[in-house]
Formats: sequence, structure tokens, C-alpha cells
Amino acid sequence: MSGVLLLSDGSSFRGTSVGARATAVGEVCFNTSLTGYVEVLTDPSYRGQIVTMTYPLIGNYGVTAEDFEAARPALSGFVVRKLSTVRSNYRAEEDLGPWLVKLGIPALSEVDTRALTKRLRVHGALMGLLDTTGAPVEELRARLAAAPGLEGRDLASEVTCAAPYDVAAPGPDPFLPGGVPRAAESHPRVAVVDCGVKQNIVRTLARAGCAVRVFPASTTSRLLLDWKPDGLLLSNGPGDPAAVAPVIRVARDLLGKLPILGICLGHQILGLALGGKTFKLKFGHHGGNHPVKDLETGRVEITTQNHGFAVDPASLPGIVEPTHVNLNDGTCEGFRGKDSPLFAVQFHPEAAPGPHDSLGVFGRFLDEVAGASAGRGK
Amino acid sequence: MPRRTDLESILLIGSGPIVIGQACEFDYSGTQAVKALREEGYRVILVNSNPATIMTDPEVADRTYVEPLTVEALERVIAAEKPDALLPTLGGQTGLNLAVALSSQGILRKHGVQMIGADEGAIRRAEERLLFKETVEKIGLRCPKSRIARSLDEARAARDFVGIPAVLRPSFTLGGAGGGVAYNRDEFDVLAERALTASPTREVLVEESVEGWKEFELEVMRDRADNVVIICSIENVDPMGVHTGDSITVAPVQTLTDREYQRMRDAAIRIIRAVGVETGGSNIQFAVNPVNGEMVVIEMNPRVSRSSALASKATGFPIAKIAAKLAVGYTLPEIPNDITRKTPACFEPTIDYVVVKIPRFTFEKFPGADPTLTIQMKSVGEVMAIGRTFPEALQKGLRSLETGRAGLGGDRGDPWGTPRCPSREEVARRLAVPHPDRLLDIRLALKWGMDLSEVARLTRWDPWFLHEIAEIVRAEEGLRGRRLEELGADALRAAKRMGFSDAQIGFYTGRPEDDVRGARLAAGVRPVFKMVDTCAAEFEAETPYYYSTYEEEDELRAPAKDRYMILGGGPNRIGQGIEFDYCCVHAVQAIRRAGAAAVMVNCNPETVSTDYDTSDVLFFEPLTVEDVRNVVDAVRPKGVIVQLGGQTPLNISRALETAGVPIIGTSPEDIDRASDRRRFGEMCQRLGILQPPGLTATDLPGARAAAAKVGYPVLVRPSYVLGGRAMEIVYDERDLDRYMESAVQASPEKPVLVDRFLEEAIEVDVDAVADGTSVVVGGVLEHIEHAGVHSGDASCVLPPFSLPAEVLDRIRAVASTLARELRVRGLVNVQLAVKDGEVYVLEVNPRASRTVPFVGKATGVPLARIGTEVMLGRTLAQTGFAREPAPAHVSVKKSVFPFIKFPGVDVILGPEMRSTGEVMGVDPDLGCAVAKAEMAASARFPLEGAVFLSVRDRDKPPAVFLARKLASLGFRIWATSGTHAVLRRNGIASQPVLKIAEGRPNVGDRLLSGEIHLVINTPSGRGPATDEAKIRTLAIGRGIPVITTMAGASAAVKGVEALRRRGLQVRALQDYYGAKGAAAR
Repeated sequence: MSGVLLLSDGSSFRGTSVGARATAVGEVCFNTSLTGYVEVLTDPSYRGQIVTMTYPLIGNYGVTAEDFEAARPALSGFVVRKLSTVRSNYRAEEDLGPWLVKLGIPALSEVDTRALTKRLRVHGALMGLLDTTGAPVEELRARLAAAPGLEGRDLASEVTCAAPYDVAAPGPDPFLPGGVPRAAESHPRVAVVDCGVKQNIVRTLARAGCAVRVFPASTTSRLLLDWKPDGLLLSNGPGDPAAVAPVIRVARDLLGKLPILGICLGHQILGLALGGKTFKLKFGHHGGNHPVKDLETGRVEITTQNHGFAVDPASLPGIVEPTHVNLNDGTCEGFRGKDSPLFAVQFHPEAAPGPHDSLGVFGRFLDEVAGASAGRGK
Repeated sequence: MPRRTDLESILLIGSGPIVIGQACEFDYSGTQAVKALREEGYRVILVNSNPATIMTDPEVADRTYVEPLTVEALERVIAAEKPDALLPTLGGQTGLNLAVALSSQGILRKHGVQMIGADEGAIRRAEERLLFKETVEKIGLRCPKSRIARSLDEARAARDFVGIPAVLRPSFTLGGAGGGVAYNRDEFDVLAERALTASPTREVLVEESVEGWKEFELEVMRDRADNVVIICSIENVDPMGVHTGDSITVAPVQTLTDREYQRMRDAAIRIIRAVGVETGGSNIQFAVNPVNGEMVVIEMNPRVSRSSALASKATGFPIAKIAAKLAVGYTLPEIPNDITRKTPACFEPTIDYVVVKIPRFTFEKFPGADPTLTIQMKSVGEVMAIGRTFPEALQKGLRSLETGRAGLGGDRGDPWGTPRCPSREEVARRLAVPHPDRLLDIRLALKWGMDLSEVARLTRWDPWFLHEIAEIVRAEEGLRGRRLEELGADALRAAKRMGFSDAQIGFYTGRPEDDVRGARLAAGVRPVFKMVDTCAAEFEAETPYYYSTYEEEDELRAPAKDRYMILGGGPNRIGQGIEFDYCCVHAVQAIRRAGAAAVMVNCNPETVSTDYDTSDVLFFEPLTVEDVRNVVDAVRPKGVIVQLGGQTPLNISRALETAGVPIIGTSPEDIDRASDRRRFGEMCQRLGILQPPGLTATDLPGARAAAAKVGYPVLVRPSYVLGGRAMEIVYDERDLDRYMESAVQASPEKPVLVDRFLEEAIEVDVDAVADGTSVVVGGVLEHIEHAGVHSGDASCVLPPFSLPAEVLDRIRAVASTLARELRVRGLVNVQLAVKDGEVYVLEVNPRASRTVPFVGKATGVPLARIGTEVMLGRTLAQTGFAREPAPAHVSVKKSVFPFIKFPGVDVILGPEMRSTGEVMGVDPDLGCAVAKAEMAASARFPLEGAVFLSVRDRDKPPAVFLARKLASLGFRIWATSGTHAVLRRNGIASQPVLKIAEGRPNVGDRLLSGEIHLVINTPSGRGPATDEAKIRTLAIGRGIPVITTMAGASAAVKGVEALRRRGLQVRALQDYYGAKGAAAR
């Protein structure tokens, strides 16, 4: 069965339907990771997006629930060059195609994904419509034309948790024999504001010895403080940070009151809370090979990235200073409070998928959290 | 950090001759490094004994020493040049081992030379297995269980610790030489002894076997600010147990989840830090248990390697160039990515295609060699193919190999459906043992209906790869027996997207390839060209490096100026290797100098020609008619050069010309006149040029009659052969019968040539350039061995050392006449034989020959470049090349052989070429040049000690003379009874020694106990079962040089004499003829 991807610039790509029979609208973006399609598919930050993988062979090692970043995918559609119809890995539980069907995700295979990627690079992010139902093209075009873009849309509220939950401490990660940075033995409390949090952020904190509670994005600062957290983590998430008003408010309220780490969308939200500005990148950063220079150590870390918006570092107030910069395009990759325990990184220190070079970001944050915890004499 | 200013000059050591396990990838990496260092303003001193390299071109380095790669020669170079630093990590294992020797013997310290990139400690931690294991285990990673052993007893104890099967890995050897897997105790003893012998430090690691585990490699780079990046991941299709050089490999990894991959990446980063490779690239190998994901670390190369060359070509990231820049102090973020120009080199390339590497074997050259693939490398070359899917890349790779395959099945060699097809049981049996054709057997197994899981169980290949292969087989079944006209655009397109060639589709539909092409183009199914850009299109790329595929968008941007295409030589094999790549690179240089755009087409990832910044446009494509025509259609070149890539482009030149491809240089019609025996014979007769009398036969009676007529001994061979395939000297009718029955299948289409063999004739090679009217000789090379030894294997001397002037004049006249008659435009090679003062022509090759680079190095005249200028339309006069150069020094070319890799194969020279590479000795004195060539070919060539002398009867008189010389030089002589008696009669002292069959201690024992340092043994009869063959094999296994011709022996002895008299002196090429070369162009 065939399917089609229509783009808002009038172009279209034909392919073979390998997922659910459905029509989906979303911003089309490309991810350049060579491995990790399971993590990409289950990353809530892809809410509202149709993702194409630049690596042509996807599905080779099947699907494993252990590697999920959320209980189910949040993205709109998936486009690949070739979807493997068999899985080969000792941990694999399901084949990718049937899994996509089961979860209602439309997907295309046999697409010239490089041509698609180049179009996105040249024209910038485009809205797209992926259809595998065989609906008339005029109808689909009309639907696409009516679809809103990502700017101004609060997508975080669509992927955040319904109610707070505590995270059980997972066992050690067999794939990370070196382990993660440890927090103090006092098991400090870290509150995670879930804008679409990747489970590896939560797992990393819990493995580090933290007591972790995840709160919905709508949670007020009062409710958060009621739990008496030693630290606050503002998570990654989809879409435009300016649209996530409740979390910006929380950030503004709690700045300086306890150690805060913002990751990805959380980084942008902190930037906005500080009075800074964010803007939309031409086609964003989505992949696992972005070089980021840590301005404190001078070292370059290869990072996982997944964002379409960025913080304008010039708009940030003097109470913070930049800590990380992207070597490819010079964009802001992180900042910290000069005198306050505030950390923000645009990239994903929790990786998943991607390199573990930046796990140290958690270490810096957790040192402050442990200090706060000790200071409170708990 | 900026580049270091405390260094002014840097020494680089090359990797020497091409051998199995160390090929032209080190010319590629070394050339990149030299260029990178000179770009930074350093004075670069290069030492390499291999003349067929681009790196030894006199304009590449500041000072170029073509000298033996020995500690002694290196110390002299260091003393003369006083370099500040030595960069040891770019010259393969040879360069690394030499650097360690120079360091540990205090030579570097004495001369104030510091090692940059990796110091002796880091090299030892990576290379010495025990130290490596300790280092790895200290950081919490696991190696296979192992123990080091320095004797057979220690090895047996280690065996008890790790269990059977056990892997034996000798320390400090190349391509796993001397290693193996023992499946029982008896075999263990044999392999342990061999491994101890192979190791220069007599050290072997006895290791737990992880055979059948999945094998992976990561290419890692580190800078001195401790930034570490992974350039490329590689998955071996053949699991553990087959040397990675012999495995089909794929980039990037295909069957690891991100979590597994990141665990490996973390491990690699921690290993490079723990080992302490300060800057540069390393290759780290891992094995993963497919059942439970358990990961072990196998080994590390603390230097650029064959895999890093592959990784560079696979990703577009120039590992060697960056490694050189890092060694002089730059950090990764300071170096721009050449391909995007806007982003830094500090990143991890990501790719949007699949790369498949397939090794190329030449077991047909070594009858008796065991084709089972083990942990010791046996392949002589490789191809790389790029596609958007695995089936596409795999099938492109198969047709790149030039082994007659059009893809996976579907060609005349395809046994399926013929009586030749092995039975299901036979196929199953073959699947269980790794061998070069296992991939083809897997297809047959699937055709027989064997279950994928059974194939997986037998081969231990990952099911994912087998499934992809099964897709090809299913698609094949959809094509077979269909009418071409029935296949619409969709079916054709689907087949092309799976990598099927037009030839395969033609085979399945019963139509010629050209019909398929016609139908395909009529249906609008044509390839597009996609770019290799390091970043999967995330950034705009500036570097025009392309591959073909069947997709929607074409990205090709052809340069606006005149375009000339050069067809490369394809995979390295015996008879065709780096020499032709050298010529292609020179052609690129000539084209670019002429202001035109050079377009390179090749599929060999080891080469300089496939470096993205060698040509203006690079196509990584198979060299088949179909693939080349696709490029031609896209590029529309003004001319296509087919005469520089060896036999590969010539084989398709007629078809290309018929298709209207504008071939420049000598016309395919004239090339045919030179290779068609009848036409060539008539031509010679008309020109009054002598040829050894010869006839053609199509069957046994015909061959007998022909041999009787021309007179024994005769040289017999099939027509149209490369590197002397199946060529033999036959002394009588019985021998002829055997040859006709076993060696060839003669037929009217494939006649056998029967020529009079000119015994003890002197053979001569002439390389010349002609422009259609005038001819200028570039060099006349006199062979040391007499006619009968393949010219690619013979030692050659330039200028000739024994031929009188009038004979040389006649040789030049014959060569010029032939070149003019054949209307040669470009290069021509003429092979001649001189007997009793008469000059006979053996063959004319109107193309670049294997000796062109040697002549270039010997004379300073870049013949291939001049030849290309002529092809572009200039006259010789316009090129400024007007006179044959007359060097005042002597250059000697000597070949090196892979016998150590093929135990049981007899070590003799004959009409069939078997050498893999060559070295050059250059000196003002003939004897010293010979001795240097000997030392360069074998680092253990003795200047004193004991010689074992055993010659066939008709060599006994000259042997007396030789023995007298040896004795006068102080050599002790061991001789078997016959030779001993002759020597005693002539008053020469020698020590008798028993032949192997005569009891003990025999010559074999003397060899093993190190009492013999050189073997001079001329063979009396053929066959690997003879006593003398055993002696030769034993010596080769021990690394003891073996000389098998009297001419070779007497030259070597004269060399020793000269060297002992004058001492070893080194001199840069630039001092012989200046950096610009003799032609002063």
C-alpha cells in the first residue's frame, strides 16, 4: 500500500505505508542519529512533528520496551528510506512496522529521505501531512493548509503526566557500567516538572540516589514547594517554550530559591523566565553528533539534541553566564547562574539516544542539590 | 591550542612494500599526513622503500628517502636530517614497529628526536597484549581470558587456563600473521610453535575463543585537549574467527541498539585515554555475544589502519590528515571540516547510506594454499560500495570485485540450475567453514530452500544480514524467466533499487545487457548521484564525492570546465595494485594542471585516487560497463582515460567505445592489435621484429603439434591473461599433457598460446611515451632473473648493467617502431628478451605498466603525468620531455611475496606472477643498490652468517663461483651432499647437512635453531611435496630470506660485497635529481 507526504511548500514524496492507516499533520523534521530510533519514536518532544530519519535502514533491531522514553509515541508520523521487516537483537520484543500499526502511527518507507532532508535544510522546517488512507490529494492539501504551525502552541500540556507520581529507584544500567553521577547519601528530593519528560532523565536522577517526584506541567510553585524539594528539574518537551506559560511562571517564582536544572525546553523556559528571548531555528537540531563546547572545562562534548527553538544569549540578564556553545552554528547550548544554583542546557545530557559525554551536567546540578539538602539539615 | 612552534622538522616512516595486511592504504594516509604537515610549514622527511607510492614522489615531502626500512638505515637518515620529531602512527605496523625500535634502542634520544602522536609507552600498552589486557581490565572492561606465553610449555599451561578452542595471537605481527585457532591439543602445539616463531619478540597470547560472536570496530580520534570523537562504526558480517581484513564489513553498525552502541562508544573512549594515545586515530575492536549482549574488547591499533582508511572513505572524514594536524598541537575544534567548510572537524560524522567492504582473494595464484578464512589475513585487496540499502551496496560491491560476478548470482559463473551446482548437502557443508565464496553459497542455500535459521546456525552470520540477502534472492525469483518487455518501470526500478545490474536482469530475462539498458532508459529508470558529505545533508557540502543509487533527487554538480574521466584499477590483486593507482593519481595531476577538471571513478578504498581531495569529482563506483556509462552520461566528459588503471578499464574499453564513450589516448582498436596474437605476429613480421616462434592451439593434439614445431621448452598460457595466470614453462610432451588437462580448458574461443621459451635469455622492460608520431623512452629495465620469471616478479635494474650499447640501441629502436606502428598516444610498455645478441619482442602493452612508478622514482621523470598530457592533446615536444633520462645512479626494483601467509605453497618464481609488492634500492653503486633492495625486501637479509646452498645439477658450475665468493666474504656454508661434494672438489669449505628425508638433525632443524641465515636453493622440479620445497617453506615461515635463482643469488652476493666495502649510505631522492625531477619541467 502506498502513502504520501505532502509538504507546505507544495512538494510531495510518495512511499510505501509501513505503519497505521491514518492521516497525520505535523511539522516535518529530520533526525541524524544512526542508532536509537526506538528512543526517538518514544520521545515526547516530537509531539506535533513528523520525523524522518536520515539513516536509511530503520527497524533492524526491532522494538524493546526497555528503551522507551515514554509509555507511547507522541509524534505524528514517521518517514524512512527502508523499514526492516525483521528484527535481530537478543533484547528485541517486536518488529517495528507492526508496532507502529498497533500504536496508530502512520509511517512511510521507500522515501528519498535525503531529498526530503535537503528540502528541509534549504527551506527550513515545513509543515507536512502524511497520509496512508488514500484520501484525495486536494482534500489533504486543504487540511495541510489549515494546519497551525508549532509557534505559539502549548504542546507540553498534551504530553505531560495527568497527576504527580514518584519514581522507584531503578537498578544499575547494564549499558552504563561506569554508572551515573551520584548525589549525596541523603537521598535529596528532586521535583521534575514534566513538559514531556524523557524517562532517562527521571531514571538518571533516581539512579543517582535522588527521591524523584514527577509533576504535571500545570503544577503551581506552591504545590511544588509543598513537597519540599531540594532541587527542581524543568524537563524537555515539545514545541514553543513561549507557549508553556505555567512552567515559565514556576521558573520565575523559584529562581534563586532552590537549585534548578533546565533541559532542552526547560532550558528555553528558564531563558524566558529570566526575561530573555527565544527564537525558532531554521530547521532545528535533531541528532546525536552535535559538538558542544563546555566553556568551563574547554572540552568538547558530543551531544544529543532535539529542539527547534533556541535561546538568544544576548537577551539573557547579567545574573547568568553562558556555559555551553554549539560549535556547528554558535548557538547557545547552556547557561548558569553567576551566584545562584541555576543550570540550563539546550542539549540532552541524559542522551537516549546518543553519547554519554555530558552526564556531568547532572553531577554539577546534584552537587548543588545535595548541598541544599544538607543545608536544610534533613 | 595553536600548532607547535618548537618543532621545525618531522620524520615520517612509510609502510614499505605492499604485502597482505598492509597495502596502499598507508600510501593514502601517509600522503595525506605529509601534505597536512607541509601545509603547516613543517619540513617533512619521509622514508619509504616502496617506489610505487605517491608519498615518495619527490615533490610530496621535503626530503624523500627511498631506503630500506631498517633501524640502521633510519638512524642514518636521522643523523643526516636531524628531525625534531617522529610521527610514528601513519606508516602502518611497519612504521610503528620501527619507531618503537628506534625509541627503545635509544636512537631517538641520542639524536634528540621526540615521538609525537603516541609515545613508546602508549604504543606498547596498545600492542603488547598482556599490557593491553591489564590496561583494559583496570578500567573495568573485559578482554577474553588469556595468558601470554614465551615457550611451548608456557603456551600449554595457558591452554589449560583458557580452554579449547583457543586462539593464538603472536605479538607485533602484521595482519595476524602466524596466528590461528586450535580446536584440539595436537593442533594447538603446531600452531603455538608457528605463532612463537612469527613473533619478533617470541611472544604469543593464548586466548579464550569468542568465535561466532558479533565483531565490531570503532574508529576513534583524540586530541591533546582530551576531546575524543568516534569517526565511524563498522560491523563485520563475518563474525569473530575471521580476520577483519578478510571479513565482509558494513558501516555503520546495523544490529546494535543505541544502548549497546553507546556502551561500546564509552568503552572505546575510556580505552584510548587509558592506553594514552595522546593524539590521533585508533581502531578498537569489540566482540558481542549475540545471545546475551556480553561485550569484550579484542584489540586496538594505536595508529591509522586499513579500517581507518575505509572509515575515511565511508564517511568523507579525512582521518590521517586530521591525525597529522592533531599531532602537531591543534585540537579538533580548531580544525575545519573540509567537506562542509563551515563546521569544525570536532564532531561525529553521520551518514545516510550503507557502506559495504568486500575483500578480494587470489587463492587461484597459490595452488595448495588453504582457502579457509581464519584470524590470519589472506586477502590481497578490497572493494567498497555505497548504496542506500544493504542489498544495493552488497551487489555493487560484488560486481566491483572483478571476479566475474554481476551481483549476487545471475551471471555466467552462476552455478544455479546447471550441473555444476553443488547439492544442498554440499552447500550446507560449505556454509560451516568460512571461505571467500561463502556469500555466494548462502544464496545457493536459500535457493535450495534452506531455512534462514539453519543458514544462521551454520554461518553464524547475524539473521538480519541473511534476511537482507534473502530479499535479493526473492527479487531474483521475481525476475527469472520474465520477459524483459513485461517488466515495467516499477519492476525495473525495484530491481535497480536492490542493486541488480543490467547484466543480471539480462541474465534472468535471457537478454543481452544492452537491451536491459535500453528498456530501462526507455522506462525512465536511471540512477541519480548522491553526495558523501559527513553529515547526512544537515549542512551544505562543498566536496564533490558521489555514489549512484536509484532515488528521486540527483545532486550531481559537474564542474563547468572541460572534464576528463580516469577509470581506476579497482581492487588490489596480484598483478594489479598500487602501481596503477599511482598512474591514475598522476593523470589527475596532469589534467588539473592543464586547467581541466579531473573526474575519478574507482571502487578501491585503500587508494590515494579515491581520496576526496585528489580529483575534482570522485565517483565511488564499480568499474563495469554499466556503472561507468552511467557516470559518463551524467558527467559528459570530453575524454575518458582507460590506459592507466591496469587491465580493469581496458577490459571494458571496447564496450565503452562501441557505446560512444570518447576514449582518449591509444585507441581500443590499436590496443586490440597489440594483444591479438595473430594480428601482432603479422605486424612484427612486417616490421622485421623477431618474436619467439609460437603457435596457437585449441585442443591437446593441436598443442602437441605446436610444441613439436616450435621446439621444447615451450611457454604455454591461455590468451588474454593478467599477471601470467596459468602460464607455465613446459619441458616435454608429458608435462604438456598434464598442463593441457589440468591447468586450462582450451577451446576455439579460448585458445592456448604455445611459444618457444628462450632459455637463459635476458629479459628487458621498456617504458616509453609516444604522441602518435614521436616516441621517447622513459627507461630501459634489465631483469636480474632470466626470462621465465614473470616480469612483475623479477628484479629489475635501471639503467641496464650487462647489455652492450648496440643491443640497447636495438631495444630502443624496436620499442619505438612498435609504439609508432600502434599509433600509441600515451604510455607504452614493451617486454623483450635478449638471447645470443638477438632482440626478441615478447609483448607490447599500450598502457601504463607496473614499472611506470619505479621508472619515475629512478629517473625523476613522471612518465604517467607526461603520458596524460599527451592524451590531452599535447605533443611530446610541447611537454618538454624530449630525451631518455640517463641517471648516474642505479635503481633496483625487487618484488616481495606473500608466501608466509600460505604455508604449504612452494616458494618459487615462474611465469605466473605471485608478488604483492615491490621495493627499490637506489645507490650510486650497483652492488649497494642491489643490497639495499634485498634489505628492503627482507629486513633479515644477512650481511654475515651462514648460508644454506643447494642447487639443481645444471646450476652446480655457477654455484662453485658463488660459493667461493661467499666463503671469501666470511660466510659459513651449509650444503647438501651433492653440492657439498662439488664444493669440496673445488676446494671450498662447506659443512654437509642432511636433507629432511635423510634423517636428523637435518637442514630443517638447522633452520629452526637459527643456524642458517640465508637459503640459496634453485628448484630442480616442481611440486610442493618435494624435500627442497619443504625447506623453502620452512625458511619463509621463519622469516629467513630465500633466493631461488642463480642470477638472483649472484646479484645478492655482489650486493653484500659492495655494501660491506662501502657501508650503508643514505641519500634523498631530491639529491639525486632535484625536487622537480630530471626533466626539469
